[in-house]
Amino acid sequence: MRKKALTLFSDGYLFRKENTLYFENVNGKKPLAIEGIYDIYIYGKVSISSQALHFLAQKGIALHFFNHYGYYDGSFYPRESLHSGDLVVKQAEHYLNPEKRLNLAKLFVIGGAKNIEKNLSKFGVKVKFDDFLEELNDAEKITEVMNIEGRMREEYYKFWDETLPDEFKIIKRTRRPPQNEMNALISFLNSRLYPTIISELYNTQLTPTISYLHEPSERRFSLALDLSEIFKPIIADRIANRLVKQRIIKKEHFRDDLNGVLLNDDGKKIVLRAFNEEMEKSVKHPTLKKNVTKKRLIRLEAYKLIKHLTGQKEYEPLIAWF
Amino acid sequence: MEPEYLEKELLIRGTEINYLFICKTKLWYFAKGITMEQESDFVDLGKFLHEKSYFGEEKEVQIGTINIDFIKRKNIIEIHEVKKGKSMEKAHEIQALYYLYYLKRYGIEAKAILNYPKLREIKEIILDGREGEVEGAIKEVEKIKSMPNPPKPKKSKICKKCSYYELCWI
Ligand code: SF4
Repeated sequence: MRKKALTLFSDGYLFRKENTLYFENVNGKKPLAIEGIYDIYIYGKVSISSQALHFLAQKGIALHFFNHYGYYDGSFYPRESLHSGDLVVKQAEHYLNPEKRLNLAKLFVIGGAKNIEKNLSKFGVKVKFDDFLEELNDAEKITEVMNIEGRMREEYYKFWDETLPDEFKIIKRTRRPPQNEMNALISFLNSRLYPTIISELYNTQLTPTISYLHEPSERRFSLALDLSEIFKPIIADRIANRLVKQRIIKKEHFRDDLNGVLLNDDGKKIVLRAFNEEMEKSVKHPTLKKNVTKKRLIRLEAYKLIKHLTGQKEYEPLIAWF
Repeated sequence: MEPEYLEKELLIRGTEINYLFICKTKLWYFAKGITMEQESDFVDLGKFLHEKSYFGEEKEVQIGTINIDFIKRKNIIEIHEVKKGKSMEKAHEIQALYYLYYLKRYGIEAKAILNYPKLREIKEIILDGREGEVEGAIKEVEKIKSMPNPPKPKKSKICKKCSYYELCWI
């Protein structure tokens, strides 16, 4: 059985009794098959017994918490079990060496750019980002790379908008708080993707705090931010696009709040279901010659990074072939 | 008894010696602490030696990556391993030699017996005169571990079942 992400959406109590983990809410008490859990995503108001936490730590299961608005708050991370001093040193070396760092930072943005192009062609817009890619090639500082990435993203939203229904235009991408529906939807999805990447990194020897495009000081798991450049377009954006164009998500799934526009509970549930399904979908991997889930692609990306850092093979970011 | 650190060393080295004859890429990654999920739990050999080695027969004993199917105590200790086939024969043999080598350091005389029931064969392995082979293998392991980059993977039959498959071939 493949282990899966468990989402706890309702309010309740997570506890352990003997060797079983239970979740209790207004509908009653439900045992959870711990061997089938990969990690846990908590959206509801959930109390957790320390025994349950011990149990999860022992099984290497991470818990990711989201706030009232559905945004990522933080994680309970079992004590790290996979260590490789050598790899930490190599990761740091690639950060400290400006050339090596710049190279990796560019590769993340190039991957993101190509995936954005791919998205647009799927959405029916033919556009190439060659100018941006050229500019990127000449960039000499991380800040320049960041700047190019930002401008490219703006272009992307403009083109994507041409294909979106009127009530779901991005218009101007805003983050916290999102000012309209599409922004709220994209933010919610990105917020779900980020801890998924953290979970994958946790299962490798990579240190999630040493990153290249983003500053390690930016956020605790900044390497997950680097990788999200690649995965945001092909996971989060594609789900958002599908949900609004197929009218699965509608205006009524949002509500206004002092904090801007937000998904309501029904909306969140729909999006989370779509997200979980998407991550379990398989695609045939061209070089491994086998089916891998979308989630596994994140792990594979981490492996490619390990190979780059250990001098085995230059990192080539994932460009969606699907 | 020997100090604790030796036992720890010995545990890792056993696996490494084995990997030397299976795949050098795997050996390098493993030695650098880049392990894959399945590889994480092995039994502490030192503990095993203290607790188990002086009794009659002991079944299904796991030491490192060797599954010792049973141990017999005759005039000297016999380490028995049941193997399916001979595709990894060299690895089995050298690891057995390696354990004999270290048992001897603990002052324990032993011999190893590789059983191939499917082939109706057994192979007896004794250390005497083969210490050099073990030492050579240890040196070779050290050499690979000191390489800055992993040896290039070579595709073989065993890759498909290897836990490093994705890492090697992505
Ligand atoms: S996949 Fe093949 S090359 Fe890679 S470590 Fe395993 S056996 Fe060696």
